[in-house]
Amino acid sequence: MSKILENLRYSKDHEWVRIDGQRAFVGITDHAQAELGEIVYVELPPVGERYEQGEEISTVESVKAASPIVNPVEGVVVEANENLDGSPELINEDCYANHLYVLSPFDQSQYDGLMSADEYATFLASL
Amino acid sequence: MSEPLLIDLSKPGRKAYCYPPLDLPRGFDQALPELPPELQRQTAARLPEVAELDVVRHFTRLSSLVHGVDNGMYPLGSCTMKYNPKLGEHIAAMDQFTQIHPLQDISTVQGCLSVMYNLLEDLSSITGMSWGSLQPCAGAHGEYTGLKMIRSYFLKRGETERVKVLIPVSAHGTNPASAAVVGFDVVEVKSNKEGLVDVEDLASKLDHTVAALMLTNPNTLGLFETDILKISEMVHKAGGLLYYDGANMNAIMGMATPGDMGFDVIHLNLHKTFSTPHGGGGPGSGPVMVNDRLRPFLPKPDIELTDSGYVYRWDDEDSIGKVSMFWGNFLVILRAYVYILRMGSEGIKAASRHAVLNANYLASKLGQRISIPYGKLCMHEFVASASALKQQYGVTAQDVAKALIDEGYHPPTVYFPLIVDEALMFEPTESESVESLDRFIEAFLRILDLAKDDPKILKDAPHHCPVGRLDEVRAVKEPDLRY
Amino acid sequence: MIYPYIPHTDADRRAMLKAIGVESIDDLFSGLGADLLLEDSVPISHGRTEDEVQRMIDSIAQRNVRGIPFLGCGCYDHITPATVRALSSLPSFVTAYTPYQAEMSQGLLQAIYEFQSMICEITGLDVANASLYDGANAAVEAASLMLAAKRKSRVVLVSETIHPFALKVLNTWALGTEHSITLIPQLDGTADLEKLESMLGDEVAGLIVQTPNRYGLLEDYTSVAERLHANGSLLTISADPLSLAIQKSPAEWGADIAIGDTQALGLPLAFGGPSCGYMAVSQALLRRIPGRVVGATVDSQGRRGYTLTLQAREQHIKRERATSNICSNQALAALMTTIHLSSLGWGGMVEAAQQSYAKAHYLAYHLAQLPGVTLVWDKPFWCEFPLVFSDAKRMRKFLQELRNEGIFAGVRLSSLTRKSADELVLLVAVTEKRSREELELYLAAARRVLK
Repeated sequence: MSKILENLRYSKDHEWVRIDGQRAFVGITDHAQAELGEIVYVELPPVGERYEQGEEISTVESVKAASPIVNPVEGVVVEANENLDGSPELINEDCYANHLYVLSPFDQSQYDGLMSADEYATFLASL
Repeated sequence: MSEPLLIDLSKPGRKAYCYPPLDLPRGFDQALPELPPELQRQTAARLPEVAELDVVRHFTRLSSLVHGVDNGMYPLGSCTMKYNPKLGEHIAAMDQFTQIHPLQDISTVQGCLSVMYNLLEDLSSITGMSWGSLQPCAGAHGEYTGLKMIRSYFLKRGETERVKVLIPVSAHGTNPASAAVVGFDVVEVKSNKEGLVDVEDLASKLDHTVAALMLTNPNTLGLFETDILKISEMVHKAGGLLYYDGANMNAIMGMATPGDMGFDVIHLNLHKTFSTPHGGGGPGSGPVMVNDRLRPFLPKPDIELTDSGYVYRWDDEDSIGKVSMFWGNFLVILRAYVYILRMGSEGIKAASRHAVLNANYLASKLGQRISIPYGKLCMHEFVASASALKQQYGVTAQDVAKALIDEGYHPPTVYFPLIVDEALMFEPTESESVESLDRFIEAFLRILDLAKDDPKILKDAPHHCPVGRLDEVRAVKEPDLRY
Repeated sequence: MIYPYIPHTDADRRAMLKAIGVESIDDLFSGLGADLLLEDSVPISHGRTEDEVQRMIDSIAQRNVRGIPFLGCGCYDHITPATVRALSSLPSFVTAYTPYQAEMSQGLLQAIYEFQSMICEITGLDVANASLYDGANAAVEAASLMLAAKRKSRVVLVSETIHPFALKVLNTWALGTEHSITLIPQLDGTADLEKLESMLGDEVAGLIVQTPNRYGLLEDYTSVAERLHANGSLLTISADPLSLAIQKSPAEWGADIAIGDTQALGLPLAFGGPSCGYMAVSQALLRRIPGRVVGATVDSQGRRGYTLTLQAREQHIKRERATSNICSNQALAALMTTIHLSSLGWGGMVEAAQQSYAKAHYLAYHLAQLPGVTLVWDKPFWCEFPLVFSDAKRMRKFLQELRNEGIFAGVRLSSLTRKSADELVLLVAVTEKRSREELELYLAAARRVLK
């Protein structure tokens, strides 16, 4: 059973979003990391660029799979999680404590449109 | 046993090759203009400095650490690892071919052009198509070329809305990748419970936005798409074209043609079906063959036979242009021509018939002990599943593959096609004798016994190689890609 | 009829059919149905014996005429040590497939690792792949890579001076896609890079240039990389790898990507194929390089071994999301280059490049003295130069007379470009393999024709 945190919002592409003030943190869910297996590489997006909702923004790779990260809410990348550069396995260890990147500003209404924890749990069960 | 890198044996001053001294007149030598300093290289490259025998021993030892068809059975599914006749190697080494420049005057290359022209004629007959191009260097390159032609065909007709290519889930990875590279959107078509194209699903996806359906027939499960005539009629009715991935052509040579099945364009893998060696991953050759509808779109130049001999034709205005630097992998083309000359019409048919016979024999024996989820009979290959082994003993398809290495065999293709869990895909080819197949079957059954009795041995296999299973995670996380 | 490549006897067939549980081989093809099963054999000739085929091929081969080649344009007649053919035809190298099963392919994987290393050393860049089809297709892959590396880009700038066939292959690649190619014009035989500034914009992914270029001329890329990088664009330099023994390497010019064809390093003319495309990139582009890549790692006992790696980039994993579809490459040709370079060493490479330079300049110098031909542009070249004739008739006569002497005097540029503007340009290539006697033979014949 995948771990799902209460206070986050979720996309159908298995990304989570956490709001902290004016900043939106984006990462991949427990379901996504388990599907990928041992993560060996994370391509981080360039800081300063604006990405639309639904745009492919980065890639997370295991040895035998590559999964695109689909940006869940429109915004400008203000920070990429450099910790992942040498240690991509941090995502396997704790996918909710290790975000991929931070958007600011971001589109609040798109955030509101994402799934709640309950809705995401139902969505996962339907797969 | 391990072999050091040649660079590590390097000793300054040693040479494996000496050039003759430059013998220009002394005066000229001194007056020779220097390359301008701003264009001169500043840094030396580190290359081995060794004696000739060092080079010979190094590569001879390396070759002893490689398993080829000449070493033993190589039932790698979808790759058609059949015997590569020595005659082809002998002829491809002839100076009258290796020492011919691609841009010599056409009157001096009539031999090369005759080989290419006659091979195109034979491949047209074998595939039931009108004509083709030998420029593509590999199967995926052929796919790219064929799809480019389809793209150009619809652009020429003004049907710009045809942006989709339909591809079954069981297809080779190159199919969707080629379609994407050419600029098409890929739409997957489901397989039905028999492992064939789900005709209803196909029907629901056919509309005015579909450019083509890409199919391998027999498909990657080794099953013939029995609805193919219906499928091609459906696709054509919807205004689309049919692309045939010829990777599995070794199943039907001389028995049936993609042309009769309704395909508009196909690529062949000369390094599979027509017995040219795989060379450790290439060079191959992936000719595209087309029917009249697509013929104007073939790459340039075409070869034509006129009263004054063979000539290039560059003037087709609908041609997609060029896909290779020159005319294709000529020495591979030459080997395939030699193979066809040798086998003839009855021989190529016999090759396919025995490839299918061998696959069914192997499937009938292995199928008594391991699940073959799709099909009672197969064509030239079949896919078994190690799913039960995994559930019962924790032994995966990968473990079985590695154990086969210890038995001296190259394993079948593993984890493909994606629609079979723990897939093991076998293609014995017509080259193997019944005794050879029986020995392989015995080895395979021994491994199945071990899965039950001593799975640890399998989990740790291979035991008799210079290295065991390698740390692939480390290879990706800490890339070491050069000395 | 017995086929030596098919080992089955009648008894074998009977026993096998019985084991399968069918009556005949035809039963195995029943799924094809009467509509598809061919009634007759396909209309190709009957089989022949080995000896018959050899005789037939011998007679075909006689229709090829060999001469002393002063032909280049992407395919050159260099000296190749005997080790290359001997070692590259070892059967297990020839008859293996892609080294998917690392444990039984260590020799092949290590050879590819050595190939990658040598390409990195020669280009000066950080990472090389296991080979591409040829130099023209390497340009296509470089264009795709540059587009993928820059968000929202769609234009690749290409110098008008790259090989005419490589340009054709690039145009075919762009056909019907969202990508487009914009040509950088030439000025006096080299790319006019002064024009670069005015052509750079957000949509430009990068630039592809070639040196020696289509005329054999060496180009100067001073500050080109800086200008591209300031625009967030990349620089690809295509180069004959042997020329890099003496001319500035792509890395020294600041290029992000180096491409070309290793034909000059150990591969025969072979009517143009197989040759072997190469690509090397900077560390920043490591995860974007197309095709197979071999890496070193260790097994559970800590023993060093080699394996295909970074496979998440490749078509069999990315499928429709892949930016390259390459699967089979030119492995055996890459092996030939590796053996060639192992035999030559850096000293040998420099020697071959310098002798080619000296001999080409010797011939060019003396031809330039003759009436009716000129070396149009006074620009540095390496082993190939453009000889421009005063009229077409004279050029035809020149080619014919030299051919009568057994000399292939050069490649007409118009035979590649199909342009009348190029009609009077003959490209003459001279490698270290051309002996003094051959050079003098060429000059003597030229002097007779161009009186």
